[in-house]
Amino acid sequence: MKIMNNRTFMVALIVIAILFPLIFQNDYYTHMLTLSFIWAIAVYGINLLAGYTGYLSLAHAGFFAIGAYSLGLLTVKAEMNFWLALVLACLITSGVGLLIGIIALRTKEHFFAIYTLCVGYIIYLVIDKWDGLTGGVRGLIGINAPGNIGPITFETAESQYYLVLTFLVVVIFVIYRIVHSLTGRTFLAIRNSEELAQTIGISTMKNKLTAFVLSTFFAGLAGALYASFVRFIGPDIGSTAIMFDLLMYLLVGGIGTLSGPLVGTLMLVILSQNLQFLQEYRMLIFGPILTLIIIFYPRGISGSFFDWKRKRRNQTGNVLKPIKVKEG
Amino acid sequence: MEILLQQLFNSLTIGSVYSLVALGLTLVYGILHIPNFAHGALYMMGGYITLTMMTAYGFNYWIAMFVSVLVVGIIGVLLERFVFRLLREAPPLHDKIAAIGILLFLEAFAQFVWGADFQTMTSPYGQVVTIMGLTFTMQRLLIIVSAIVVMILLYVFLKKTFTGASIIAMSQSREGASLVGININKVAMLTFMISGGLAAIAASLASPINLVFPGMGHLVILKAFVIIILGGMGSIPGAIVGGYILGFSESLGATYISNDYKDIIAFLLLVIILTVKPTGLFAKGER
Repeated sequence: MKIMNNRTFMVALIVIAILFPLIFQNDYYTHMLTLSFIWAIAVYGINLLAGYTGYLSLAHAGFFAIGAYSLGLLTVKAEMNFWLALVLACLITSGVGLLIGIIALRTKEHFFAIYTLCVGYIIYLVIDKWDGLTGGVRGLIGINAPGNIGPITFETAESQYYLVLTFLVVVIFVIYRIVHSLTGRTFLAIRNSEELAQTIGISTMKNKLTAFVLSTFFAGLAGALYASFVRFIGPDIGSTAIMFDLLMYLLVGGIGTLSGPLVGTLMLVILSQNLQFLQEYRMLIFGPILTLIIIFYPRGISGSFFDWKRKRRNQTGNVLKPIKVKEG
Repeated sequence: MEILLQQLFNSLTIGSVYSLVALGLTLVYGILHIPNFAHGALYMMGGYITLTMMTAYGFNYWIAMFVSVLVVGIIGVLLERFVFRLLREAPPLHDKIAAIGILLFLEAFAQFVWGADFQTMTSPYGQVVTIMGLTFTMQRLLIIVSAIVVMILLYVFLKKTFTGASIIAMSQSREGASLVGININKVAMLTFMISGGLAAIAASLASPINLVFPGMGHLVILKAFVIIILGGMGSIPGAIVGGYILGFSESLGATYISNDYKDIIAFLLLVIILTVKPTGLFAKGER
């Protein structure tokens, strides 16, 4: 990819995103987009871990829920300022992430997936059963909308949209910087071969832990935004169903690519909104799509698009063989 | 003392069901190295098919169960043929995600066809028997006895028949098995068929004492994973023993600790095991 093209493309995308609510003036669309941006932030977190480091965590809906509940409890029960609560929610989530990561990352491959699946389930069960703190199955209601920043308030759908959009852009930028830094390259080295990475002197545990904590941080941020945006949370947001949704957004969009999480989330959220009549049964269609994509297009929409572009360029220009990607 | 005995009996019942589910899971893992997250959905399908055969077609319990075993076995074969075989050379991440896709599909399918409601399966064995002051329902006794019979049959099949031997051979070395002329694809399909069949038997046996609903496989599959890690991934005796160990810890935990948190016990067990030994108990030199 040429950097110039890429940058113009990015700027164009952001301009479109900024103009969108002004053009359509439709609260429903704005609402949907805001929600999908929030999910996308969580998916970016998972992508950093699964796509770039090669560890499939099935506990991230749990971390999303921890972020959401932290913000909810801090603002509703402790009546804390929103922004302070938001920061704390992210820190609490990454703190829990650190503790779990230290233990979980000693396991590999299948064991890691199964371990995190169980961790996710424990988080869900704890939220569900701990009536006194979380409100149990009744959930938590009356969470405040984001607090003001000086004169700016976040009462309307548009202002919330812009707030979440800002967060998303920052998250994408941060992820971009991480992925293109030495740390990001180290993640890739671990993904491609952990033994090899160790042999050349990379501290794999430290790097894996960094990736894990960062990814839980983003999950927590998304959760906190979700709580203040939807204003109601129940234990279901930590369920495996949400985890699988997030995973699907990532895979359809393209695991291990920078644009994948956004593409996948937007596409699937919009698609499932337009398939309203299918709501409950949308997995009848999405389940097989997920399976087919993993068989025939393991790199999702974004990855396959770049592969295709590269192939086309190679046919016209020099004979460079496409890079064989081991995973993701 | 009586409560303890009663709970021991209950744990034998639960443990039998867990063992059967874990057996199917461990067979597929041991032979094909696939952690089949969709196994719980196969269990769920087994429950629904038996129920439908009994209510809609008026089949006898055992015939309904037989049909269910057949159908779920065939679903297993289809999964192997059209999904997992295509992913045999893919990185390990892909198997898991494909399995999750299948799980999502089968659950939505069940909800679409049978609805989201909880349904009850009536067993023809509702009688209560009293032995030495302890009361048992026939269905629970039936679960224990049938599970043991199935396990013995599976053992005999694997150890005494030629087909069984080829399955064992493949679990030891895929290349070796293929060199001596074993048809790998056939064995893989057969393994999935047995695995699905075992899940169907477990679900059909357990449904009269539990309920049938689209999410019924969730907890069971998670626990089955705990069991096969407990017993060593791919180990058949491990899955049986692990199933009963988990059954015991749950029943006793529910009685003496807290009924609300009994489902957490399994996961705490797993978290503790993997914390102490990240490669799982009894790991035989992971590849």
